[in-house]
Amino acid sequence: MNKRNRKNTAKIKDQLFKYFAILCTGFGLLALGVLLVDIISRGMGRINWSFFSNLPSRHFSESGIYTALIGTASLLFFTILVALPIGISSGIYLQEYGARNRFARFVEINIANLAGVPSVIYGILGLQFFVRIAGLGSSILAGALTLALLIMPIVIVATREALKAVPNSLRDASLGMGATKWQTTSRVVLPAAWGGILTGIILSISRAIGETAPLIVVGALVYVPFVPEGPLDQYTTLPIQIFNWTSRPQQGFMNNAAAGIIVLLAFTFLLNGIAIFLRNRWYNKIKL
Amino acid sequence: MRNRYLHRKEKAIEWLLSGSSLVSVLTTLGIIIVLAIDSFKFFTEVSIIDFFTDKEWTPLFENKHFGILPLLSGTLLITFIACMVAIPLGITIAVYLSEYASKKFTAIVKPILEVLASIPTVIYGFFALQYVTPLLQKLIPGLAGFNALSPGIVMGIMIMPYITSLSEDALRAVPNSLREASYGMGANRFQTAFKVMVPAASSGIIVSVILAISRALGETMIVAIAAGQEPKLTFNPLESVETITTYIIQVSMGDVPQDSLEYRTIFAAGLVLFLFTFILNNISYWVIRKYRQQYE
Repeated sequence: MNKRNRKNTAKIKDQLFKYFAILCTGFGLLALGVLLVDIISRGMGRINWSFFSNLPSRHFSESGIYTALIGTASLLFFTILVALPIGISSGIYLQEYGARNRFARFVEINIANLAGVPSVIYGILGLQFFVRIAGLGSSILAGALTLALLIMPIVIVATREALKAVPNSLRDASLGMGATKWQTTSRVVLPAAWGGILTGIILSISRAIGETAPLIVVGALVYVPFVPEGPLDQYTTLPIQIFNWTSRPQQGFMNNAAAGIIVLLAFTFLLNGIAIFLRNRWYNKIKL
Repeated sequence: MRNRYLHRKEKAIEWLLSGSSLVSVLTTLGIIIVLAIDSFKFFTEVSIIDFFTDKEWTPLFENKHFGILPLLSGTLLITFIACMVAIPLGITIAVYLSEYASKKFTAIVKPILEVLASIPTVIYGFFALQYVTPLLQKLIPGLAGFNALSPGIVMGIMIMPYITSLSEDALRAVPNSLREASYGMGANRFQTAFKVMVPAASSGIIVSVILAISRALGETMIVAIAAGQEPKLTFNPLESVETITTYIIQVSMGDVPQDSLEYRTIFAAGLVLFLFTFILNNISYWVIRKYRQQYE
């Protein structure tokens, strides 16, 4: 009797948890759905050609994201230019060369810590080092260097993961044929790992595209009615433009913000989609 | 001859690669030095005791007070609300996906939930201000337009997938033999999940929670948009509060003269934030190293 009761309560708990968990999962999915539907329904009406080609303006119906798009594109260009070579080399060193030495272990702890530093703190670092000491001012270059430091841990970790997945037999075969360490790394291991590295690169770009806080700290402007012409010019970016519109009281600017968000989300999802596609393709190849 | 050239080239490349690794070390060092130097200058003018005990934070006003407590309470309040949403939801979903749901369901739902973590935070800020706050105002009459509750909940939704994803990985890493042994002893799914699997994966779950907390502490745009800019020493979620991160943004957007005391406040506030996340990161690193269960 008692035993059967206990078994029953256990079963009830099991069922209760199941339904509670389904509810929780549903809530997560619902939140995503509501967010997307709300933003699309607000902003879709504002998306037309002039929204992409207009400069920002005092009147919400004439405002566009042209300067923000150019700003984001140039910022990303310089960020990638700096972050990729350094990040990938660093990943190669940690995975292929510094397997067991003390320096590599120390760097590793550093990277783990950097990945957890709030992005606004990177902004403070950039403000003091690039904007003031290096004298770059609130330029695209200062913003790009700050973002490069921010995404570097992602690139390094992705490079290491990709290199780790390359089977050791490839390395041994190359070394056994008399190739040097670097010949092995550059001609055998890197080509095999490239798909994985590329995935990490794209994910880091997707992270950089949406960053707002550190750029505000290093002085990206919120209102830029001109197109930047060189790396030392001032600029604005798409997320900052969205932030600016969100902090205005008029509802018209809110719709502009929603339209800007649709564009930003489209970029983010596109990049993540490409990354997932590449990862699956590469993963299947390396598993064979 | 050729061998010597090759050897030199190899050495040069190794140096170059290790030099790149040095950039990470320099970044950490740079952050610490930048925060320390200007905070030091700040504390030559403001007593450190006042900084931690004064209940007002008004560096930008005529009557200046430099008490970090209001900013700290705002930061902790919002982080707490976010955790109240994210931890129960995140762990429940993780257990469900790994112990209850079919493989196919998990393979579809997990990536969809991870989309939540990839959405730029400025978008969550807009969502909190324009959708969640008006919704809450219908439920709670008299709720201020800027409040701690709405950005807290939205932040919880944002960090939930970190917990779900990492905890699910940790549960998945527990060997099947443990699960089978538990079922073999007559335990049902619920008992197996919470008495065997969760304890076995506890280090991974704890680390996921710590990482999520650290994310919430440093989150900026959601609170800058939806929580307001009033530093208040309060734990009432219905009021408007200011976090450390919002304050840094507020000063960056205003025209505070460089090298002034007002300017240095962001370094002192930044240092407090950095120390919090630094300690949390090191705890998680320590948990990983010390409590990681090794299964053969």
